[in-house]
Amino acid sequence: MIGFASYLMFFLTITAILAIAVLGLNLQWGNAGIFNGGVVAFFGIGAYVMIILGGPVRAGEFGGFQVVWPIALLGGAAAAGALAYIVGLATTRLRHDYLAIATFGVAVAMEAFVRNATYLSGGAKGIRGFERPLEEAIGNPFLYNVFFLVLVVVALAVVYAGLSRLVASPYGRLLRAIREDETAAKALGKNPARVRLEAFIIGAVIMGLAGGLYATFYAFISPQDLAPILTFQIWAMLIVGGAGNNRGAVLGTFVVWGCWVASGFGLASFAPPHIQIYAGTIQYILIGLIIVIALLLRPRGLLPEQLQITTRTTSGFPGRTNQKLQN
Amino acid sequence: MIQALFDGILVGSVLSLGAIGLTLVMHILRFANFSHAELLSVGAYCALTFDAILSAVAPPLQTLIGPFSMSFALALATIVSVGITGLTAVLVDRLVFKRLRATAGPLTLVFASFGVALIMRNVIALVFGLHSQRYSDDISFAVMISADPLLLIKPDQVIILCIAVVAMAALHLLLNRTTLGFALRAVAENPTLAQVNGISMPSMVRLTWMIGGGLAAVAGVLYGLDNQLSPVMGRDLVLSLFAAAIVGGLGSVSGAVLGGFIVGLASSFAILLLPAGYKPAIPFLVILATLYLRPNGLFGEAR
Repeated sequence: MIGFASYLMFFLTITAILAIAVLGLNLQWGNAGIFNGGVVAFFGIGAYVMIILGGPVRAGEFGGFQVVWPIALLGGAAAAGALAYIVGLATTRLRHDYLAIATFGVAVAMEAFVRNATYLSGGAKGIRGFERPLEEAIGNPFLYNVFFLVLVVVALAVVYAGLSRLVASPYGRLLRAIREDETAAKALGKNPARVRLEAFIIGAVIMGLAGGLYATFYAFISPQDLAPILTFQIWAMLIVGGAGNNRGAVLGTFVVWGCWVASGFGLASFAPPHIQIYAGTIQYILIGLIIVIALLLRPRGLLPEQLQITTRTTSGFPGRTNQKLQN
Repeated sequence: MIQALFDGILVGSVLSLGAIGLTLVMHILRFANFSHAELLSVGAYCALTFDAILSAVAPPLQTLIGPFSMSFALALATIVSVGITGLTAVLVDRLVFKRLRATAGPLTLVFASFGVALIMRNVIALVFGLHSQRYSDDISFAVMISADPLLLIKPDQVIILCIAVVAMAALHLLLNRTTLGFALRAVAENPTLAQVNGISMPSMVRLTWMIGGGLAAVAGVLYGLDNQLSPVMGRDLVLSLFAAAIVGGLGSVSGAVLGGFIVGLASSFAILLLPAGYKPAIPFLVILATLYLRPNGLFGEAR
């Protein structure tokens, strides 16, 4: 029983961390219509910078500044934002598919970089050993896992609440306006390229935060964690849940991660040994099928984006309404 | 230096063939097809299968052509593979992309192509195994063309270059000398006007996929001759293909050819400067440099 409970907690912790990344992608794709093909790069840089800033001293390698954990986590998120700024500056003005290709390229380049820059990233073996916040104070491993689950759920709730407010605010309307009709938004005096760059950066910061939490939880990060499949999984979660809907994003994370874990468990338990070496391959086909079938059959996801109707509370005051539009 | 130049041209010729199909699809169907590189794998493995079948049915075909490790069986298998890979591309379009074109925006198509790539790559891995394979177990020895500067060339590499050039020349003739080619170029320039003139859009879309898939199959076989076949070869090549298409300018066939050679040369010269492990990052740097310096590529038009 305790085994099942710990496994459930492990599952929920990972789901909550991934849900944060999916919410970040939902801001970029669901609300602003920005295609990010390299989610894993922003997730990964958040994880690596967090562990380099906050981690222990490693012989002959860079890092080990032992910065307090919350600051290290924010440092990782900030690094993800900085990377998004560099990439976005070159691409958010251009054709949309360029951004898809460029971000995909960032992820490939990032994986090659951390695999080789041993001095910085520990190379292929990664960075192991990280003192998790309050781990010694709590002592009991089971209790610590409960604590960590609460921690990531709080983080998820904060991100969720923050993004929901952002999306409901005039800024959220501006994002959707640009997504739907860039020319019209331009005609209203908005700068679509700048707003899109901002949304891209905010989304990337959230992904970096998720990466930092992920590396904290495992106290380990390696190039293996930056495999392109993570990008596909996070995208599948958003599409299945419903892009443009934060509730859908969280639900999609549960459904897709649940399917992934269950299929892995099923293959490992019931498949004959000669099939088991192909377990990963079969799971990848599953993710591909989820993506394609969801797009064909239910393109708007389980919880579709809701029509946003802006209620005009200031009717009778045309001056104020105009002011609102200009925000 | 000379060696890097030659290697770059060799890799470039394979990339060019792949990038032509990619750029055609991007121009005519207006979406970045992340599954295009998987067509190279489909072509390469298809040729492997028919090579085995033909060799079993007619053993004399196993004779190697001259000093090359390409047998008559493989040459015939490649021709079969061109057709089958083209049909595969048409089939995937019919099953997935065509349905989405009707309802969804171009970025949804990009995303669907992510999913298609995952499926194609892993189905190949499931059917042919995760290990890498070779067309021929005979070791092909490199011939020293000159000692100073050192230049080693395998006979296979000569035939790879020749086949690539022939394929490009054939495409050039098709586009510039045949009615079909004129129709395709008309659709690329202005789809609406082309249709007013009685060009059938669905058949042009099929032709685009046939050409793209066919060239990808040739590229896949050539890549397999010089390297090894592996289910992940598409994943390893996809970024280089995009880089070639972007450098050349999306939609330009001659741009894709030139872009392929530029990316090939950049990758092979980069090894002189950087540790080999960073090689996967080179196409990305080429893309970034192009977007900063010349956002529409060398031959692309602003859109």
